Amino acid sequence: MARKVVITGLGATTPIGGDVPTMWKNALKGVSGARTLEDDWVEKYNLPVTFAARVSTPASAVLSRHEAKRMDPSTQFAMVSAREAWADAGIEGLDRERFAVSFATGIGGVWTLLDAWDTLREKGPRRVLPMTVPMLMPNGPAAAVSLDLGARAGAFTPVSACASGTESLHQGIDLIRAGRADVVLAGGAEAAIHPMPLAAFSSMQALSRRNDDPEHASRPYDIDRDGFVMGEGAGALVLEAEEHALARGAKIYGELAGTAVTSDSYHITAPDPEGLGATRALKGALFDARVQADDVVHVNAHATSTPVGDKPEYSALREALGKHVDDVCVSATKSQTGHLLGASGAVEAVMTVLAVYERTAPITINLENQDPDIPLDVVTSERKLPSGDIVALSNSFGFGGHNAVIVIRNV
Amino acid sequence: MASNEEIQAGLAEIVNEETGLAPEAVELDKSFTDDLDIDSISMMTIVVNAEEKFGVRIPDEEVKNLKTVGDAVTYISNAQEG
Repeated sequence: MARKVVITGLGATTPIGGDVPTMWKNALKGVSGARTLEDDWVEKYNLPVTFAARVSTPASAVLSRHEAKRMDPSTQFAMVSAREAWADAGIEGLDRERFAVSFATGIGGVWTLLDAWDTLREKGPRRVLPMTVPMLMPNGPAAAVSLDLGARAGAFTPVSACASGTESLHQGIDLIRAGRADVVLAGGAEAAIHPMPLAAFSSMQALSRRNDDPEHASRPYDIDRDGFVMGEGAGALVLEAEEHALARGAKIYGELAGTAVTSDSYHITAPDPEGLGATRALKGALFDARVQADDVVHVNAHATSTPVGDKPEYSALREALGKHVDDVCVSATKSQTGHLLGASGAVEAVMTVLAVYERTAPITINLENQDPDIPLDVVTSERKLPSGDIVALSNSFGFGGHNAVIVIRNV
Repeated sequence: MASNEEIQAGLAEIVNEETGLAPEAVELDKSFTDDLDIDSISMMTIVVNAEEKFGVRIPDEEVKNLKTVGDAVTYISNAQEG
């Protein structure tokens, strides 16, 4: 029998809240984190997309100036969320050699990389500072968190585009089940609201162009959805072997009951139109958690609000859950937060854990005319989840054909 | 041309910016590594910022000889004259 893995700490910094309580309050109310960008580079480069969802509280409000100076913004966000989760878990006297970190990112230190390139071209190689390397490396967030919290059982960085954050939980459960760690700080961070990624995602036709109305731009499942809204931030969860948590009398939010990761091997960016890879991930995660499709009451969907992405996820849910899909309430929280890329899975895992713990599903905003091809029961106003034993899923999919699903069960 | 006092004050400012250390702590007889706890990465950042501030060049092979704040002040002062 595999060790049970429970969740004992939560942290987040997002466009709808700089900590978990604020984010959750807003997620139940239904707010948009998207705003017009005021930066001079928007006009300078004539960007086709002029808005994004920035974190609502800057990292400088939490980190000291000196700390922040030596960290890429993605690492700063990781640190803010990890410290909140760690304080929430309140673990004392931990064997640090049994404590690991798995902190994901989709892109890594893109601000640092591109700033250094600008410096090189404008001022020459001497001015490219030595901290550039540790700041731009994609394992920067995992390394900084491990250094800060004293984790010595390994600091890992899952990278799978927009599935990265969810893969950190997949890795975390494996580490604990395999007996390689008793506690894992899992999470994801992203800070890519920079003109280059905005230009590149625009070129892919992936971003919404609703420049005149940012707050209504992220509209998963709506017939008029036209792309995702770039977000930023981080989410973090403290995973703990159940016996370890029980022995110290910890507050337990829920069980990470199972996970699965699959790859499409279909196309570098397009999702398999039938959602076959996603279906296998859903079925795999249910099997891993030893639960039946009928046990699922809630799904935090990947649902980015792109015309091509939302539908295959529905196909996959229908295939994996069968007719029961009609009895499952679905939340598309990217309607509020925007798409946090490599952080999205971690932030949505936090929301899914809270949905199960508080038995309330977060809200999907901007759903005015639901796409008739996606007849899901979408949560658009306050919705209580049933009492008794319940299970919720969170899905993440990434460019490259990455599919990751986690299963959360009440305790 | 900056006086030694001005160079010391300028260095203190750079050290404060890089490490958060109080400028008053950056005294002439203090060792960068032993007293101010400045690691090699921070030291290189301080050197590059000092080069820009004082308009001098401090070759990489010289940096290891700059053990104290006073060493750095003397080096920068001589480099400015030269």
